[in-house]
Amino acid sequence: MAAKEFDIPKLPTYIEIPELNPGVMDGDGPFKSVEEFQKPLGFPGEKIDNWQEVAIAKMGELKSKYRSVQVFLDSCVKCGACTDKCHYFLGSSDPKNMPVARQDLFRSVYRRHFTFAGKYFPKLVGAKELDDNMLDDWYNYFHQCSQCRRCSVFCPYGIDTAEISMAAREILDTVGVGQKYCNQILGKALTVGNNLGLPEPALRDTLLDLEEEVEEDFGAPVKYPLDQKGAEILLITPSADFFAEPHIDGLIGYGKVFYQDGVSWTMSSYASEGANFGMFIGSYDIMRKAALRIRKAALDLEVSRVMVGECGHAWRVAYSFWNTLSGVGAGAQSSDEYAMKLQKQLDDRYPQPQHIIEYTYDLIQRGKLEFDKSENDDRTVTFHDSCNVARATNMGGVEGGQFILPREVIKAVCNNYVDMERSTIKESTFCCGGGGGLLTDDLMEIRVKGAMPRMQALKEVEKNEGVNTLAAICAICKSQFSKVLPKFDFDPYMIVSVHQLVSAAIILDKPQTDAEEPAIEAEETAETE
Amino acid sequence: MSTISIIFTALFYISLFIFIVGMGRKIYQFSITPAPLKIPTAPTPLTQTGVVFRMIREVTLFESLFRSNKWIWLFGFLFHFGLLLVLVRHLRYFIPGDLPEIFLLMQPFKYAAFAMVIGLGGLLVRRIFIPRIRYISAPSDYLMLLMLIIIGVSGVIMTFTENHTDVMMVKAFASGLVTFDWANLPTETHFLVHLFLVFVLLAIFPISKLLHVPGVFFSPTRNQVDDARKKRHISPWALKQEKEHAVKLDQTLGKDE
Repeated sequence: MAAKEFDIPKLPTYIEIPELNPGVMDGDGPFKSVEEFQKPLGFPGEKIDNWQEVAIAKMGELKSKYRSVQVFLDSCVKCGACTDKCHYFLGSSDPKNMPVARQDLFRSVYRRHFTFAGKYFPKLVGAKELDDNMLDDWYNYFHQCSQCRRCSVFCPYGIDTAEISMAAREILDTVGVGQKYCNQILGKALTVGNNLGLPEPALRDTLLDLEEEVEEDFGAPVKYPLDQKGAEILLITPSADFFAEPHIDGLIGYGKVFYQDGVSWTMSSYASEGANFGMFIGSYDIMRKAALRIRKAALDLEVSRVMVGECGHAWRVAYSFWNTLSGVGAGAQSSDEYAMKLQKQLDDRYPQPQHIIEYTYDLIQRGKLEFDKSENDDRTVTFHDSCNVARATNMGGVEGGQFILPREVIKAVCNNYVDMERSTIKESTFCCGGGGGLLTDDLMEIRVKGAMPRMQALKEVEKNEGVNTLAAICAICKSQFSKVLPKFDFDPYMIVSVHQLVSAAIILDKPQTDAEEPAIEAEETAETE
Repeated sequence: MSTISIIFTALFYISLFIFIVGMGRKIYQFSITPAPLKIPTAPTPLTQTGVVFRMIREVTLFESLFRSNKWIWLFGFLFHFGLLLVLVRHLRYFIPGDLPEIFLLMQPFKYAAFAMVIGLGGLLVRRIFIPRIRYISAPSDYLMLLMLIIIGVSGVIMTFTENHTDVMMVKAFASGLVTFDWANLPTETHFLVHLFLVFVLLAIFPISKLLHVPGVFFSPTRNQVDDARKKRHISPWALKQEKEHAVKLDQTLGKDE
């Protein structure tokens, strides 16, 4: 599995649709989870005896709980529009990585058990039994989908393979066939508070060290506060930001922006994780459980704003799901006590939750930040739209804001910016290849192959425009690119956080007092007692 | 009435009944199934009006398909648009007595049959010759196209060749179905085949991929407004869970609130 040898795809001059190579990505899939990681999440420790029965029952339950699943299973006409849209297919040429073929692993079983045609004429409509082989295929190929939703953009009915892939993974977990990577991490996130399993003292030390380092390097007492009750902003960021390169340079950048704005902010040791892996395994309950930690932290710390750092899947869950899952948002009905409890506390002058890019962008617009753009003159930057940000969220409340704001922030701090080929960015962006629970070494082959389309577009701007820096706002993208860039002859250090660029250019002086917001200032003084 | 007319009359009502009941059930199922999370796909409209326009573009112009693949779009559009015009023109057979003048304007719609057949032919050729599409095709996918092609071609034969059928008789039969004033139908083979396959199509509509017709309107990635931060969206089952404070994991991973 992990040690399997494979060829690294050659980068073509333009993306070609490969010839089909059936079975080329066949295999056992990623490492399977074991009882130790399954049990805490409420899943069986190993494949249960009556797994078929349970799986079919679960399928029935899911399609009655999710309109997406029911409608998507019924509506596909096999037109083929999606067949050349998945980066994993383009990179691997395995036909089961074509979105419709991936869905059909699931749909054929649905047809067999839930449709008239599939029950009585299975051969005619391609209905299949859920046998051991099929289950193995599910496990293997639904872990070759990063739930990036690119296929959904191009489907005439909006069929989103991510929804099917999440449903399949939930069924797999229900019968005891879980993925080790995701479920082990979830265990840590739900008990310790972050995916790394970094406990409060370690986190506190890390942040103190960071403060020292930043003061030494930049000469300003920038703080990275933890568990500060009464702060205005609670920052929820991916835990990779706390220690890994290049992520931490982004965290340094957030701190500098907060410092320069003079706002009080804090992180939480209880909710020290932005990335919510509950989404990857398709479990509403587990995703909610993880989201509830943020609700609790916001209530306990009595913050008036919740903000999210650079993390693609975190931002999807935060932007699209938090209001639903945990009431972090706005616009709950007054009778909705659960949501109102928190929403009364949150400041409705700001979007809740807000993305760090929205915050920095707003400060730039209001002229509150000054930059020395020449600090980034050694760079020619391009921006990788992270799939979940690009296709499942918004920023700034304007259509396409999730594409506009990050680029505007980059352009405000860099002189040299170019976009990659239009069909590989914005809503058509290619996934980095490591999203959706695939960022594990045992899936390196599919990660490298899936990165090919993005690498191809990058190679083009490297050649033609001299691009030497790839900026992203997602922890998974950053980690994935650090690993795969060298395999395609790029410098692994060319991947940076957007806030690393901000950090390099920002001019720090004493925090300005914000005369426009006296109410919040007053609160702050009260809190320092 | 001739035996064959009785059989076809019965088949009409049976297939129509299956169509109406089947589609009713399916649409009801789609509508009662909750969409627990906000999952619109970019480029997402931020207002309800925006969503209405998106849906209109999607079902009239096949916007996403156009972005995706120009050939499939071209053939798909030719077929669907052709079919629409042909169907409208067929209304004349179901309206008893003299037709309103507007039907004169619809006369040229008969040429849409060619668009329909060309579109279907293109889709079939692609399904057979493009390995990616061949790979994802089940026998029913070919049969569906063949059936539609036979319907289209038999219609073209009746309209544009010497093998006309007795149109007045067709009208008496078809309008008779509507007014329950049943009449004999012409018995040329191509007409019977045409009619029979249309009945089959009606009957399999609710149990086949033809469900994409209602499906597109219920697709959450296309019909949701992107306003998750502004309005709390919650499904009945999730609300119930929230009220009961039932996070399943409480037993295994400690309580949170």
